[in-house]
Amino acid sequence: MELHYLSAHELHGMLVKKEISAAEICADVFQRIDRTEERIKAFVTLTREEALARAREVDKKIAAGEEIHPLAGIPVAVKDNMCTRGVRTTCSSKILSNFIPPYNATVVEKLMQADAVMVGKTNLDEFAMGSSTENSGFFTTANPWDTERVPGGSSGGSAAAVAAGEAVLALGSDTGGSIRQPAALCGVVGLKPTYGAVSRYGLVAFASSLDQIGPFTRDVEDCARLFNAICGHDPLDSTSAPGKQPDYTGFLTDDIKGLKIGVPAEYMGEGIDPAVKEVIGRAMKQLAALGVEIEETSLPHSRYALPTYYLIAPAEASSNLARYDGVRYGYRAEDAADVVDMFMKTRSRGFGTEVKRRIMLGTYALSAGYYDAYYLKALKVRTLIKQDFDRAFERFDALLSPTAPSPAFKRGEKTDDPLQMYMSDICTLAVNLAGVPGISLPAGFVDGLPVGMQLIGKPFGEGTLLRLAYAFEQHTDHKSRRPAL
Amino acid sequence: MITIRDVEHVALLARLELNEEEKKTYARQLNAILEYAGMLNELDTADVPPTAHVLPLQNVFREDRVGAHMPPEEVLANAPEREDRYFKVPKIM
Repeated sequence: MELHYLSAHELHGMLVKKEISAAEICADVFQRIDRTEERIKAFVTLTREEALARAREVDKKIAAGEEIHPLAGIPVAVKDNMCTRGVRTTCSSKILSNFIPPYNATVVEKLMQADAVMVGKTNLDEFAMGSSTENSGFFTTANPWDTERVPGGSSGGSAAAVAAGEAVLALGSDTGGSIRQPAALCGVVGLKPTYGAVSRYGLVAFASSLDQIGPFTRDVEDCARLFNAICGHDPLDSTSAPGKQPDYTGFLTDDIKGLKIGVPAEYMGEGIDPAVKEVIGRAMKQLAALGVEIEETSLPHSRYALPTYYLIAPAEASSNLARYDGVRYGYRAEDAADVVDMFMKTRSRGFGTEVKRRIMLGTYALSAGYYDAYYLKALKVRTLIKQDFDRAFERFDALLSPTAPSPAFKRGEKTDDPLQMYMSDICTLAVNLAGVPGISLPAGFVDGLPVGMQLIGKPFGEGTLLRLAYAFEQHTDHKSRRPAL
Repeated sequence: MITIRDVEHVALLARLELNEEEKKTYARQLNAILEYAGMLNELDTADVPPTAHVLPLQNVFREDRVGAHMPPEEVLANAPEREDRYFKVPKIM
């Protein structure tokens, strides 16, 4: 039986009924990895031995009659920018290629406490800067639906692993679309939670005011379960939202009658592939048939989101990445004359082209004489963008758009022109600037390639997003389609 | 307009060493990106407050209490070079 393509909730049911063991699930997933990983290259590091040992622990608990967590024994892949104690954490960068964290990120700690089984660390665009995994310092991950194409990014490894059955669940991080866009391109569910809903402790910082960790799953119920397991206040993250979060599986009802969805005209206009628009149009009709009221609306400052993002995110990154200096961990250039020369050589050789480009851009935007013109200006426009969302949510329960302007593109297609690559995120960037949650779920296919629909919610409105996504999923069969591998 | 000299200045601030080819490429690309970002000037933001952060959180305090700390050996385990319980770097002066 293909255990690796079952959902976490199905596997949990089978584990509890003792129809299978966690060790069998784990072995099946690694067998799958052995068959497909050569073509997909989703993982930077595999943790086979540790995974099997943990799975056996879960089996012992089951045998002893203990109650197990819904994620116990479930194979999970973790993006390689989240710290894992004793397991190499590279951010797919040469500068961290030998870094072994002495502590776990809070989300990893939570997965461990749930007895989930980590199978490995997944590939990303170096330091999560990119939309295709082509900026990985090690190798490019392939899209399971067409291995000539990119899986999206930056969490491309996590998305591809879940789509290929190399993991049942995965964690990614999203700064401008890095969970939702690869989820769309790989035909899986990806949730970018409200800023502050999930602890960032132990997530290697890219742009601290935008970064959020979230789940990749093959269905919405698994998404709710994994989100349940990782969300909540964390005293170790000063930007973690206080208060208790609900059980998100409680929102998974088929009844979405009367909910109001706005479709921002700006997200269905110029730059969106007509075939993608057609798929999203069909999805809108399906939602309308389920009793949702759908209306066109406007987020008037949408066109400013991309330039705003590409000032704020690099500015924060240039500051966050100042810590990589070859002193305490990571790569150090050996042939330096003095300490400053060591910093310069270490950073120049350790960082890749895109990372250096963003450090340069961010340093410039923050430098004396340009701070007001670029960085402060961008922070002000960020306010206007956020206000667009506030206004829209006075009238609507959620907003709907394509997740990405096109299905998965070919490798090398956009690598020469940074602005062209940045355009891959035009539907997702503003969501991070506003700090609101967004989910991408499979909405259909174009020429055999998956297309994602994005639903955007109010702050801490993940419940409504999961409810809409679940109902849509129950009435369509996109999630049952698998890539031919 | 960003010149090669600007690129050199910013690279120094960012502690990056660039070769001539990289300087030219970054000058061209940064100009393209900043020219694109120029569209923000279409908006009058004189009376708009900046948003650095979306959460209404300020001054998050914790109790002043001794907590668990990492043993020095673990802290130093990733050091490229060390001496006793110190990180070692090339000469500074």
